Amino acid sequence: MQDSPLFRRGGSLRLFGRFYEFMRGSLRKYVGGVLAVIVTVAVSFLAPLLLAGAVDASTDALQGQTGAPVNLPAFLAGWFDARGGAGYLAENVWMVAALLLALSAVGGLFQYLRGRWSAEASEEIAERLRMRLYAHLQQMSYAYHAKAETGDLIQRCTLDVETIRRFLANQLVEIFRTLAMVALALTLMARIHLGLTLISLLLVPVMFIMALWFFHWVRRLFTEADEADGKLSAMLQESLTGVRVVRAFGRQKYESDRFAARAGDVHDKSARLSVVFALYWSGSNLLSTAQTGLTLLFGILFALRGEISTGDVMVFVSYISMLIWPIRELGQILSDMGKSAVSLARLYEILDAPAEQDTPGASDAPLWADIAFDHVGFAYAGSHPVLRDVSFTVHAGATVAILGATGSGKTTMMNLLQRLYDPTSGQIRIGGRDITTISKSCLRARVGYVLQEPFLYSRTIRDNIAITRPDAPQSQIDAAARTTASDGFIAEFERGYDTLVGERGVTLSGGQKQRIAIARTLLRANDILILDDSLSAVDTETDKAIREALRAQRASGGRAPTTFIISHRITTLADADWILVVEDGRIAQQGTHADLIAEDGLYRRVYRIQAALEDELSRETA
Amino acid sequence: MQQQQEKDFTRRLDAGLWLKLAGYLKPYRRLLLLSAAALVVSALCDTIFPLLTREAIDRFVSAGQTAGLAGFAARYAATILVQVASIFANCWLSGRAECGINRHIRLLGFRRLSELPFSYYDQTPVGYIIARMTSDTARLGETVAWGLNDLIWSGSYVIITAVAMLLLDVRLALIVLSVMPVIAVAAVWFQKRILAGYRVVRKTNSRITGAFNEGIMGAKTTKTLQRERANCAEFSELTHTMRTASVRAAVLSALFMPIVSTLGSVAAALVLWKGGHDVFHLPGLLSIGTLAAFVQYSTGIFEPISNIARIFADMQASQAAAERVVGMLETEPEISDTPEVVARYGDSFEPRRENWPALRGDVEFDGVSFHYSTGEEVLHDFSLKVEAGQTVALVGETGSGKSTIVNLVCRFYEPTEGRILIDGVDYRERSILWLQSHLGYVLQQPHLFSGTIRENIRFGRLDATDEEIERAARMVGAESFILGLEHGYDTQVGEGGGLLSTGQKQLISFARALVANPSIFILDEATSSVDTETEQRLQSAIAAALKGRTSFIIAHRLSTIRSADVILVIRDGRIIERGSHRELLRQRGYYYQLYVNQFREEQVRASWEQARA
Repeated sequence: MQDSPLFRRGGSLRLFGRFYEFMRGSLRKYVGGVLAVIVTVAVSFLAPLLLAGAVDASTDALQGQTGAPVNLPAFLAGWFDARGGAGYLAENVWMVAALLLALSAVGGLFQYLRGRWSAEASEEIAERLRMRLYAHLQQMSYAYHAKAETGDLIQRCTLDVETIRRFLANQLVEIFRTLAMVALALTLMARIHLGLTLISLLLVPVMFIMALWFFHWVRRLFTEADEADGKLSAMLQESLTGVRVVRAFGRQKYESDRFAARAGDVHDKSARLSVVFALYWSGSNLLSTAQTGLTLLFGILFALRGEISTGDVMVFVSYISMLIWPIRELGQILSDMGKSAVSLARLYEILDAPAEQDTPGASDAPLWADIAFDHVGFAYAGSHPVLRDVSFTVHAGATVAILGATGSGKTTMMNLLQRLYDPTSGQIRIGGRDITTISKSCLRARVGYVLQEPFLYSRTIRDNIAITRPDAPQSQIDAAARTTASDGFIAEFERGYDTLVGERGVTLSGGQKQRIAIARTLLRANDILILDDSLSAVDTETDKAIREALRAQRASGGRAPTTFIISHRITTLADADWILVVEDGRIAQQGTHADLIAEDGLYRRVYRIQAALEDELSRETA
Repeated sequence: MQQQQEKDFTRRLDAGLWLKLAGYLKPYRRLLLLSAAALVVSALCDTIFPLLTREAIDRFVSAGQTAGLAGFAARYAATILVQVASIFANCWLSGRAECGINRHIRLLGFRRLSELPFSYYDQTPVGYIIARMTSDTARLGETVAWGLNDLIWSGSYVIITAVAMLLLDVRLALIVLSVMPVIAVAAVWFQKRILAGYRVVRKTNSRITGAFNEGIMGAKTTKTLQRERANCAEFSELTHTMRTASVRAAVLSALFMPIVSTLGSVAAALVLWKGGHDVFHLPGLLSIGTLAAFVQYSTGIFEPISNIARIFADMQASQAAAERVVGMLETEPEISDTPEVVARYGDSFEPRRENWPALRGDVEFDGVSFHYSTGEEVLHDFSLKVEAGQTVALVGETGSGKSTIVNLVCRFYEPTEGRILIDGVDYRERSILWLQSHLGYVLQQPHLFSGTIRENIRFGRLDATDEEIERAARMVGAESFILGLEHGYDTQVGEGGGLLSTGQKQLISFARALVANPSIFILDEATSSVDTETEQRLQSAIAAALKGRTSFIIAHRLSTIRSADVILVIRDGRIIERGSHRELLRQRGYYYQLYVNQFREEQVRASWEQARA
């Protein structure tokens, strides 16, 4: 991972640059949020100035200088000075109090707006990001998903998105807050007294660097603690899933000791972290209180020399205490930015994987037509060939049996018919047209493909069947269920067709899943139908029943789909129109049952063994 | 299977529950108390700083003199040092308490898990238990250590500041304090709603995770059905719901702090108004320094108050975790040895092996009835005598309840009526560990532990020598592949044995069982297909393992079934037929059907390999 180009120097900047595409639509809210933060900061910096003005005016008035000019920002000072200066202000402190309250309300309003806008913006961005990821994953090729590590993908789409969202919602705007605070504090303080300003900011860079360094450094300790945590979980997972083994061998104590060691490791690693954190918090507290003390001390000295007023000292002290927290926070945010960059890189790894494309110029074509494999070869990228020189022709509407051992290449051959993969050599023609010129959407809409291990969606049984045709009337859903002999077990569920499938509902057996999968495929119109070992998990009688129902459908419907059935059982497929025997990725034999039984070959040998099994059964039960 | 209901929320704080939890935390009371004391000191310092500012203004700035400035600076520095020390002590002690509590609860939990019966594991998915032992305990440690911290700091800060204000000026203090209840009410009102808002967000979030899960796991099927667009449309609705819920919760939070701070400003403004008036009109009664200190106090006191509301909301959110953890710690083990048995033979942690009798391997079910805690009776007055060395095959469809007999033999469950006799003695009169130490157990999904191959085989008997381990591996025919690996016996098998193939794991688990030299063998045969060579090895491994031992086999292979002494045919949890292979076939009953549909499929598949050989 570290070697991937995304992690090279400057990579994260480019990444954040690319991320602009997701932020674009919410930019206005973001800018609004940042402006609101700046207003909030400005307002909060005005309050100490007002207080200082009130204090100074009282001091002056008490010393009898009632006509002295007030120590307020220029836009207010003029107003008060015109009405009698310090004396007037000291008499009417309520005005300042009211102003302070108004300021606080305005500040609160903008603080609220900042929260609202940045939440809206970040949630919008997160929504776009999630949607893009989901849509992209849906568009990825079959090959991508066949190889993908699902757990890792899910984690990226959830946890990494959350890391980025959190950064956008809180931290990004906070950076601007801190910058605005520092800039404003610096300007305002420098206007009062440059020397005291310098003294007041003496320790601030130290604090910032300390925070930056600390959070960067502590991340390593965090990683170690997380790893210890991970090991603890892994050990638990292993021990609990293996609880039968543990008990059966009476190893409770052994496991308990192992667990104690892991828990101890987690304990030690986090205890070390807590010492480090205690050092940091107390250390940065030392710096910040020392800074306040220093400002106060020198403030007193400057005030005594008459260079600044009492109120000014108070202003400095409040500004310093306002600055300290954001400065500490900034260190953490900047070191956390690395985390967001890593998350972003992980997401772009998904988004940058090319989505499945249709061949340029590909168009729809009639698929109820003769199918020809012409010297077709196929190999997965960087691996040895799975199919070699496969050639055969079948007529539209025929039933084709594909027989062979596990791993002989039967499934791959069928994958090519939906263009889940394209042949690496040779050509597949449907009605004389090269399949790679036929659009994938057309193929997938008209080729009904029941996978060996079908996936059912977590919704009701009815919705699972009707997933191919949401508008199908109940009578047709019933018919599909009947054809696949699913009606029986569906009726046994308390809620029938409304039974939820999956994690939150019932767990179906392999055979039941396959029958539902066949039903949903039959519900729509198909020109070609592929059943990949779909009948192996159902018993022989259901197998026969389903195939008979298919045949009946054919007889009545006129134009029956060209049907491919993958299986191991010769005895049940002997009546197919055409039989392909696959061995090591090649067509070893093809023909009708009568042809093949007459040849000396794999087919005849297997047929005899399987027939002998039948005989054996009748002997044993005799 | 009974699903465990996951609650993530309870409506009100349950003091009893937290007290119960406190009982478990006895060893950490001192640590927590010390840490709390440090916090009070720190809060005291926080109150002292404004007083020092007050002194600076009144004594030096207003008075225009520097006498005593050095002493003042020294006191200021001393306060800083005391506070720094107390912060260090508090952070450190609380951190230690947090990880200590975590470890403590985890160890208690694991100990309890080792005692819990299988009915617990059958009803509780492993994922939930892991969540309880990791995130729930972590959450508890955090709440107890840091939530308590926040509470104590906020509480003591509010109290100390209130006292300081009352001592400085009663009238101004009362003005500030009069705003406090308003803020407290507002805080509680908001926190309740914020908590509810985030609960909706969390729920929606788990639906999003579920949708990604389905979108990724089901991707291949989605492709073949061309459902990409429909899926996206559905997901789009969900993310939209997520956004609306998140924004709603965030807006509520964004509203909360400004309202609290504005209410705080009301107090500050009142103080300034009244105080500013007094400073000017009643000189001597109120100094400028005091007024400044009051303004600081009045703006500082409100955050802790809103904090307290937040802590209670947090505790409410953590309460579900506390309930789950306490619930687990208090689950009573249903199967345990009687005190007399423990006295004689020891328990699982301190066995007294010197008193253990040898185990020959006669197993007898004597009028055994049994039902799982939630279900109806699955065994009724069942009797079966198995002589040492005999093989019992258990046959039935997946999920039909074949493991019940095995569970009873292993004493993972006990009969609800009747007895199970091992060597003629009711097994409840001997210790659980005695029986289980004499079992050889091989699962369908072989389960290995991370570590080396050697360590995994040694799991069968911890004091086995390397030589014994290698002999066991040789006997099951695993040696050739083990020696073919780069590090031989010292090869790491990975988490759950993930670095080995299923067939290899099978062989190792046979070796592990053999090294234990068990008298009773339990075997759940694999259904997954392995290559022919491994298959043959497995067959001979089984033959080697079973030789001369009583065995109970959940059988999937015809050859195993044929050679069994007794076959028990199980359907819907009940034993419906028993006899030998031939006898059962002739009955043309359920066994016959199973045989035709299930066992022959295996042979049909194998016929392709066979025909090529």
